[in-house]
Amino acid sequence: MANKGNAKTKAHDENGSATTPAVNAHLTTPTRLTGSEILWATLVGEGVETVFGYPGGAILPAYDALRKFPIRHVLVRHEQGAAHMADGYSRASGKVGVAIATSGPGATNLVTGIATAMLDSIPIVCITGNVSSKVLGTDAFQEVDITGITLPVTKHNFLVNKAEDLARVLREAFQIARSGRPGPVLVDITKDAQQATAEFDFEAAKPRAYRPHPMLHVDDSGLAQAAELIRNSKRPVILAGHGVTESGAMEQVRTLAERAEIPVALTLLGLGGFPASHPLSMGMMGMHGEAWVNHAIQEADLLIACGMRFDDRVTGTLSSYATKAKKIHIEVDPAEINKNVKVDVALVGDLREVLEQLLPKISGRDGSAWLKTIEASKGAVAVRDINNLPDLGHLYAAHVMHDLWRITGGNAVVVTDVGQHQMWEAQYFHHNEPRTLITSGGLGTMGFALPAAIGAKFACPEKEVWVVAGDGGFQMTAAELATIVQEKIKINIAIINNGYLGMVRQWQEFFYERNYESTPLVSPDFVKLADAHGIPGRAVHKRSEVEAAVNEARSTSGAYLLNFMVEKEDSVYPMIPAGSALHEMIRRPDHDPLEETADDK
Amino acid sequence: MLHTFVAYVEDRPGVLTRVASLFRRLNININSLTVGRSERPGLSRLTLVCEASGEAGHRIRASLFKLENVVDVDDIAKDPAVTRELALIKVAASPQNRAQIFDLAEVFRARIVDLTSESLMIEMTGVESKIEGLIEVLREDDGRILEICRSGKMTMRRGQHVSSVVKAMGVVAGDAEETEEEPAADSVAGEA
Repeated sequence: MANKGNAKTKAHDENGSATTPAVNAHLTTPTRLTGSEILWATLVGEGVETVFGYPGGAILPAYDALRKFPIRHVLVRHEQGAAHMADGYSRASGKVGVAIATSGPGATNLVTGIATAMLDSIPIVCITGNVSSKVLGTDAFQEVDITGITLPVTKHNFLVNKAEDLARVLREAFQIARSGRPGPVLVDITKDAQQATAEFDFEAAKPRAYRPHPMLHVDDSGLAQAAELIRNSKRPVILAGHGVTESGAMEQVRTLAERAEIPVALTLLGLGGFPASHPLSMGMMGMHGEAWVNHAIQEADLLIACGMRFDDRVTGTLSSYATKAKKIHIEVDPAEINKNVKVDVALVGDLREVLEQLLPKISGRDGSAWLKTIEASKGAVAVRDINNLPDLGHLYAAHVMHDLWRITGGNAVVVTDVGQHQMWEAQYFHHNEPRTLITSGGLGTMGFALPAAIGAKFACPEKEVWVVAGDGGFQMTAAELATIVQEKIKINIAIINNGYLGMVRQWQEFFYERNYESTPLVSPDFVKLADAHGIPGRAVHKRSEVEAAVNEARSTSGAYLLNFMVEKEDSVYPMIPAGSALHEMIRRPDHDPLEETADDK
Repeated sequence: MLHTFVAYVEDRPGVLTRVASLFRRLNININSLTVGRSERPGLSRLTLVCEASGEAGHRIRASLFKLENVVDVDDIAKDPAVTRELALIKVAASPQNRAQIFDLAEVFRARIVDLTSESLMIEMTGVESKIEGLIEVLREDDGRILEICRSGKMTMRRGQHVSSVVKAMGVVAGDAEETEEEPAADSVAGEA
């Protein structure tokens, strides 16, 4: 971020050259520092440049020391936003994101963001202040047992009440967050630990060597078995998940697919891990995956699951899931093996490393017959660009996604919220690169998009970042618009406004006899709301206006908000009702102008 | 089926909560849990018994390993192992019917460790079924049992089995100088 916000941060800059060498000195020479200084010095040592936070009483000593360190602090409007920003930062960059909050309500406000990161295996470190160790457990003002509260939603957490423990704990927190299957770590620091002094020795605080999960297991017989299954399969499918990106195994998955001519289906978080434009890419699987993808999985005789966990949203009912298929599961977390789907060969280890071992055993294979079968199952309307569909005067969310993809050349980082628009984005915006779709998959956290996009923009200031959110989710964290303004960052916001909590309304339509209980939603005029923040914007009502509006947003130097007034009662198709088999999907209705098409690549 | 896990965990505040919380999250009831010091300084050893499906063992073990404070986990399953439980049972006994209980204790190889004019305390170590047997016999007299305190199961594999994790930790340091100050510990109050 080149833009510096207020006068105080500018003052930072002027002192920057003076303070930086001193900070580096801390890292190389043991020095006596306060706990607060140790906190920032350790973060600097871990390579942290930006943190997202909100000050308060129990974390004030830390905030007081911040000015001495070359770390940019982004003031959020709600701590949930801080956790999501750290999360978005991490998803966009692959680095560990950092959020910071005070004790009590500051800490509890982080919880949704921490759980979001936990369910999607995102490495973040959350730092909270707590009351002095002398009054811990006395219900002191703004005291809460945040390590107790976050125990089930963190990979690990720590309570630190001595300054001398701080550096070691923080370094261990970073190691835990990013190692193995990544996840969030919380470090709760009492106020007296921030105020006390201790010897700071960054090198000496280095955690013990990382100990991989003892149940990781990849042996020659497993690899040989996997290679054998692949060689003998007639109808194989690769299931590519989030692990492809997390492990950096894009090339290896691609090599496997190409060498053995195997089509690739992706989970929601897997999108981008295998290029959508690749001829072997089928697109997203699961509840809102295209019919031919799910049919291919149901017909397959071999599934090669790469860094995915057979979530219920991708399997449908388990008893009828891919019953004809043998299954190979390559996964870094041993607890995921045979959890939902029983597999024939489990290769438990880092995906990239396992594939590196497996690939030499894979020889060329003719997959053309199976690929032809899949192609044929796409139906007669294959390769029909929705761009060419007649403009009936309605604005569909799918149009918006498609146009957004086309106009940005697919090169933007899209951060979605949760709901219908999220699924339309996944269907119509084709991601060729990892880390270009940022979305809350496991927890399905509404309100995620706007703060996560701010985090993503800080991680990749050079990239074009789009928020795609529904009118419901956007209002959950809309306060972060002010953060965008204060930090002077460029983010484009597309609100897919259908006047409903759309996905819930869709469920009510399908499964609750159209009883639209509590789903119609009154929203503020989002353009005026943006305007109140000094962010320009406009509403879009017709398909014909989309392109000009998107271009206007892109060419505006600061943030820009587009309020797309889309068809109110549109639904996401196809859809597998919860509890149904993967092939028992609700198809697009005949009258739907958005024909079921193979994606137009 | 009944699963028995033996785990080495760091001896720190909150570690037991993490272990217990995992089982709560998996919706598995813990039948018995014993924790104490191990042969390794800084590490506690626990034996945890729970009822879960046969396939669940792998996942429980894998999930336990994911806890940062858990150093080693052994799933005993049906492998040869010694399992013991300790029970302290306080029963009502007057000078008139004491002898009967002494006999009973002898049959069950239990010991009387406390004796007053109205009650006595039986200490018994053994497998679960033996302890159940003694309790059952004592229950034949209504109101005789005043209190029961059971330790839960402790399990150790037979033979020279050592897990790879424990092996990697190397030889236990410093256990040679452990002083023997135990013998008089079992003094019985009423026996003198």
